[in-house]
Amino acid sequence: MQSPLPTFPEQASNFAGNVDALFSFILMTTLFFAVLVTLLIIFAAFKFRRRSEKEVGDDVHGNNVLEVGWTLIPTIIAIGIFAWGAAIYVNYRIAPTDTLDIYVVGKQWMWKLQQPNGRKEINELHIPVGRNVKLILGSEDVIHDFYVPAFRVKMDVVPGRYNTMWFRPVKTGKYHFFCSQYCGTNHAVMGGWVTVMEPAEYAAWLSGESGDVNPVSAGERLFTQFACVTCHLSNGTGRAPSLNGVFGANVLLADGSTVVADEAYIRESILQPNAKIVAGYQPVMPTFQGLVTEEQIGNLTAYIKSLQSQPVPAKGAGIAPSPAGKK
Amino acid sequence: MRTEATGPAPEMPEKHYLNATYGIRSWLLTTDHKRIALLYLASVTFFFFIGGFFAMMIRLHLLTPNGYLLTPDLYNRMFTMHGVTMVFFFLIPSIPAILGNFLIPLMVGAKDLAFPKINLLSWYIYVVGGLFTLWSMVNGGLDTGWTFYTPFSTLYSNSAVAPAVVGVFITGFSSILTGLNFLVTVHTMRAPGMTWFRLPLFVWAHYATSIVMILGTPVIAITLGLAAMERVFGLGFFNPAMGGDPILFQHLFWFYSHPAVYIMILPAMGVISELIPTFARKRLFGYHFVAAASLAIAVIGFVVWTHHMFLTGQSTYAAVAFSFLTFIVAIPSAIKTFNWTATLFGGSISFDTPMLYAFGFLGLFMIGGLTGLFLGALGVDINIHDTYFVVAHFHYIMVGGAVMGYLGGLHFWWPKITGRMYPEWLARIAAFILFIGFNFTFFPQFILGIMGMPRRYHTYPPEFQIYNVMSTAGASILAIGYLLPMVYLTWAAFYGKVAGDNPWPATGLEWKTQSPPLTENFEVTPVVTWEAYDFHNRPDLGLDVPAGKGSPGVVAPAHGDD
Ligand code: HEC
Ligand code: HEM
Ligand SMILES: [Cu+2]
Ligand SMILES: [Cu+2]
Repeated sequence: MQSPLPTFPEQASNFAGNVDALFSFILMTTLFFAVLVTLLIIFAAFKFRRRSEKEVGDDVHGNNVLEVGWTLIPTIIAIGIFAWGAAIYVNYRIAPTDTLDIYVVGKQWMWKLQQPNGRKEINELHIPVGRNVKLILGSEDVIHDFYVPAFRVKMDVVPGRYNTMWFRPVKTGKYHFFCSQYCGTNHAVMGGWVTVMEPAEYAAWLSGESGDVNPVSAGERLFTQFACVTCHLSNGTGRAPSLNGVFGANVLLADGSTVVADEAYIRESILQPNAKIVAGYQPVMPTFQGLVTEEQIGNLTAYIKSLQSQPVPAKGAGIAPSPAGKK
Repeated sequence: MRTEATGPAPEMPEKHYLNATYGIRSWLLTTDHKRIALLYLASVTFFFFIGGFFAMMIRLHLLTPNGYLLTPDLYNRMFTMHGVTMVFFFLIPSIPAILGNFLIPLMVGAKDLAFPKINLLSWYIYVVGGLFTLWSMVNGGLDTGWTFYTPFSTLYSNSAVAPAVVGVFITGFSSILTGLNFLVTVHTMRAPGMTWFRLPLFVWAHYATSIVMILGTPVIAITLGLAAMERVFGLGFFNPAMGGDPILFQHLFWFYSHPAVYIMILPAMGVISELIPTFARKRLFGYHFVAAASLAIAVIGFVVWTHHMFLTGQSTYAAVAFSFLTFIVAIPSAIKTFNWTATLFGGSISFDTPMLYAFGFLGLFMIGGLTGLFLGALGVDINIHDTYFVVAHFHYIMVGGAVMGYLGGLHFWWPKITGRMYPEWLARIAAFILFIGFNFTFFPQFILGIMGMPRRYHTYPPEFQIYNVMSTAGASILAIGYLLPMVYLTWAAFYGKVAGDNPWPATGLEWKTQSPPLTENFEVTPVVTWEAYDFHNRPDLGLDVPAGKGSPGVVAPAHGDD
């Protein structure tokens, strides 16, 4: 990378190689056509230059075979490029299940990141090499975008919803990350460093002096503080469904449809509880819009997720049987 | 290489639209499409130089990683006001409102546009909108980016968003009226014998553009209206805390603004479709295909808008569908490029300035369009979305394509507009400077994008400096390239050599009348008996048509009066 005219950054994630390969493929194909057409133009401009002032060109209308040819060939190539690009994208948008989940909150003009054990960082992200990492992105104000050029991945960070992005770092080192969606005065300095470490090093770093509480226990405390617990009794006998095992399950709604309880659904349940009503319950849950911060929603979600491992009570109304093949 | 008139040098006609009446009132209250075109020319040029000033500030600031010239807030205002000025007040009106206005009635053989007073009204609307926006720029400025994304623009920006948005809102109506005028004119005012398939492709391109203007512009008007209401009255359309959705804004914005990029490029394609046949003295290859491609672009252009939003978290499969459509919309542009290239073969090509611009357009538009394929490919867009790659892409199209087309057209029709020639050699040199300056400015930005430099950054890590220096150097050359034509075209309007009716010669109806034309365009309504760009059946042009020069084998079926 010390070349005087640098180009591609390092390829430090599972996506980098494939993204660059597609880039190079498009580059080669388009270059081929661009050079071909340019040479034809230069050739024609020279060969058919005007020799006498009153000369005219040939009387040609066109050629339907040529037209069909230069419509079909580019179309076929374009569809090929499209398909390759779509394959990468779908893989990128659908995260695997075994991820290391990190909560990322963007606000003008800094990033707050939180490890699964609660360790918090500002404008720094430490992750182990070789592990699938999922970032769960929320914003406290405007739209931001989390972009790591060396990983070739980015995703907008949108207020009012969670977006997620995933990748697997394949090389240890320190890489820039940037905010890539214009967000006001200091947009250009809203960035930092991703440090990719050996797993052992990461474990040591993670357990290092960290005064932070982990999000699950912070969430548990909030669950009591906001009185969620008064309705959501864990044995399912309260006015509200038990939240045990709800995360990741299919929830049956009052209107007969079902929905997968993911981060976005939990978030919506807290902020707009009446948007989707669980079958068999009254719409009595108050909205917590404006009362909880992004970070607190993150913690509550982490806590509700942690209830996953506990047994689902028999009266867990609302949780529909999972259809086969559910992720 | 122009055909010099043998015999006495041409003289300025005694009476024409410029000297028909005098006085400021005769201009400000004119309903002559040609004078309105000149009003637009003056105001659009004014905005172009304001936008250019902002651009120069941006480039100078980015010369060093820490940028000492501007504060962050000022920098953000510069790129925003640059974008807003160039897109809404320069590019969108440039070719349609100046060249289109001047030429469409002449090309179809009419006395004026269908609604001359509405045409004048559209200019006033443009000016009022422009004044609003200018006022916002000096009173607080604007720092939202030309895209006005919510909730930043509605809830967080400390700049004069409301008046700027109102200015853009107002200006939109001037495009709607222009589009309407063109559509009605082309439908109802064609001269006898001017069938649809004898229309110059410039007219076809403007026909397609007008459709986009009429269908798309109301959407941006409503969108900006909603944003203004959210900002001023706190209505929460796009505010998640009030149940609104910030992404909804982007859908509405791009539903117009993607088609709007075609409002900017289609008219330039129309210009190129005039220049190439004229200077190759040959029919445009595949006339029907090029006309159809313009319409296809206008229609398909309406269904690709979310390719600006692939990484907002939109549904995965929606993104896949929109990516597919994005690749489809690229095809008509490719078809046009192939047809322009094929036209050169067997032609009699001269290298007058307008043709140099046409060559420049071909090369730069090709790079711009092909880099669209990188962005449309979902997997690659994950990396280069919102980086300098995007900035380079759309400048290749909008500056390399649209502005080159505009300048080429301005040179080509300057003798018709003013009755006088521009200085040929100076003009060729300027075209060359522009081409070099342009590539120096914008090519390095592709590499910056690949390296991962996000756009809209007032400061950047030092590894990006080398390309920023190149870009700034190029911009300085480019600036000279723009000043030159501005100076010599103005000079030529008064002191240039008298051009005569048809100096090139070209085949369009606009060249069948005097230069500059009469107020009513033609002394007698012309009757059209030839197809567009048909040099072989036009003895009036005084060219040598050798018997049997047509090349057998590649001759398409004869065309009747379609
Ligand atoms: C006044 C009682 C009440 C309180 C307090 C309350 N909820 Fe609820 N909650 C309900 C009811 C009733 C439902 C089911 C009906 C519905 O979907 O709105 C529900 C549904 C939910 C769901 C969806 C559960 C499912 O099975 O799909 C979640 C998640 C949730 N609440 C989280 C919370 C959290 C977190 C808090 C505290 C911040 C909280 N609730 C406070 C009554 C309450
Ligand atoms: C023909 C004229 C074209 C014009 C005038 C044009 C203009 C633009 C502009 C202005 C933007 C940037 C908007 C912004 O974010 O500020 C843009 C982005 C984009 N263009 Fe084009 N473009 C054209 C052709 C194409 C073609 C042919 C394709 C694809 C085949 C394409 C694909 C894209 C994509 C995918 C983006 C979004 C990139 C991103 O933000 O990640 N464009 N274009
Ligand atoms: Cu930002
Ligand atoms: Cu677009």
